[in-house]
Amino acid sequence: MSALAVQVSAVAGRSLTRTMRQPAVVLPPIVFPLALMAVNAAGLKPSTLLPGFPTDSFLAFALAVPFIQGALFSTMNAGTDLARDIQTGFLNRLSLTSIRGSALLAGQLTGIVVLGVVQAVVYIVVGLLSGVEFASGAGGIAVLLVFSVLVSLGFGALGSFLALRTGSGEAIQGFFPVFFVFLFISSMNAPRDLMEVDWFRAVASANPVSYLIECVRSLIITGWDGQALALGFGIALVIAVASVLLASWALTQRLTRT
Amino acid sequence: MADNSIVAVGLVREFRKGPRAVDGIDLHVEPGEIYGFLGPNGAGKSTTVLMLTTLLPPSAGTARVGGFDVVREGPKVRAVIGAALQEAALDPLLTGRDHMRLQTMLQGLPKAERASRSQQLLERVGLEQAADRKVGGYSGGMKRRLDLALALVHRPRILFLDEPTTGLDPQSRSALWDEVARLARGEGVTVFLTTQYLEEADVLADRVGIIHHGRIVAEGSPADLKAEIGRPSIHAIPCGPGDAPRVRAFLGQFGEPLGGDHDIGVRLRAGLGLADVVRAMDAEGVVVDDVELRAPTLDDVFLAKTGRTLEGAAEEEAQRGGGREERNGDEQ
Repeated sequence: MSALAVQVSAVAGRSLTRTMRQPAVVLPPIVFPLALMAVNAAGLKPSTLLPGFPTDSFLAFALAVPFIQGALFSTMNAGTDLARDIQTGFLNRLSLTSIRGSALLAGQLTGIVVLGVVQAVVYIVVGLLSGVEFASGAGGIAVLLVFSVLVSLGFGALGSFLALRTGSGEAIQGFFPVFFVFLFISSMNAPRDLMEVDWFRAVASANPVSYLIECVRSLIITGWDGQALALGFGIALVIAVASVLLASWALTQRLTRT
Repeated sequence: MADNSIVAVGLVREFRKGPRAVDGIDLHVEPGEIYGFLGPNGAGKSTTVLMLTTLLPPSAGTARVGGFDVVREGPKVRAVIGAALQEAALDPLLTGRDHMRLQTMLQGLPKAERASRSQQLLERVGLEQAADRKVGGYSGGMKRRLDLALALVHRPRILFLDEPTTGLDPQSRSALWDEVARLARGEGVTVFLTTQYLEEADVLADRVGIIHHGRIVAEGSPADLKAEIGRPSIHAIPCGPGDAPRVRAFLGQFGEPLGGDHDIGVRLRAGLGLADVVRAMDAEGVVVDDVELRAPTLDDVFLAKTGRTLEGAAEEEAQRGGGREERNGDEQ
């Protein structure tokens, strides 16, 4: 294994170990989105009677939301962990070793992505056990896992960027409601073409989170929808690239070592 | 032969909002020497360590550690140094062994050597029994010992210890002193140790640099520094606040007044001793609660060089904008 790979695996291993030793960090990103989905599926089921609603199972419609909501939790967890390392001086400890900045970031993000995939597997299993049929089949599930990797990477890097800029866990938690607003003003609870309030439809259409949700949703209830996949993957890729670049820049600013 | 020295010339560190944390210091630490960097909180000790360990670029001046320039050859400097910085930065959710595994991997030890080196160091610092417990449950002394073990993973030639015994009980402090002394005397490791404890500098350091307001105000072996002050001091506690002026005036005839906070003291003129003072007290009817003769200490050296006791200087630094040393990267 190359020196870089050893460093990445060391940091990723630490990230996973500390996360797995905190049930309070592992469980909410899994339980809370599923609980919200269950409540919405029960309360909003009559929505499926609307003419043009894409499925007769609101559970299948709502199953897309936990994937994005879970990724938002990843943002907070990644950011809070890194901010704590800055505040306690652990980042200085790492800086004193021969670790490369790229390995530090890659290791941290690898840990987050692994957890994101674990979350996605749980959502998929819960969906299957609840009777949701994936219109895109096993291939679609595989694509969904790849999409989860990309979304976790993007949101995780965003959390890391915020942590590196602010150096404060409290500041990261302050951002969390802002991210949640993006979720609530998206197409999480209704297809955009059925939204009758113009301003809300316009906001949801301008909101990139809508396209992330619709990408997942298309794999579950539509099958292979090239446009939804292209938009979803395209936006996730842009978020991931931009966030990783921002986090890399912020790391160089934070690490003042010579 | 490897260069284990530390050399700094005109080292300066300025922060945006505040005075110079380090204001043009010169250092020459010999290979294998234990150098004690003594000063109150906020004097510039930790900022100096951050610069010498490459974590903070100097605003001006130069420094070479292990023969490498701290600005231009940062990675080479880091390869030859070990550091245990202020407040042992450990992950409370990881075990001692987890920390060792992480450190051995990041320091590039071969896979076959990682476990044995970890075990060897854990035994050396007496943590083999606690190695598989989470660090969150460690005492302050255990954390400091693990911190030291982590700093030694890659067999550094130069070791930086930033206030390694702050907050430790006397037993833990003594154990750490023994280990530091063993590293320097037995293995030839150069040790740069910051401390605000006079006793620590006195017991452990071959040479001491006293830093005040970011400047080195005195440097030498503890014995030489105390000899420079030379004369003992006499200290008296008046019977009541009303007696203080008379006692102060009386003692003033025997030497230069000292700025002690709790008693009235004078540095005795050459040739005078306790007996001379006591005889004069009897003769003039000066009554005090207590009187004692003190040999010069490093605190006396500090007082002579700065006009403040170490304790008083710490309070002054706090009012002047203390905590400056805590800043790292945020206010450059």
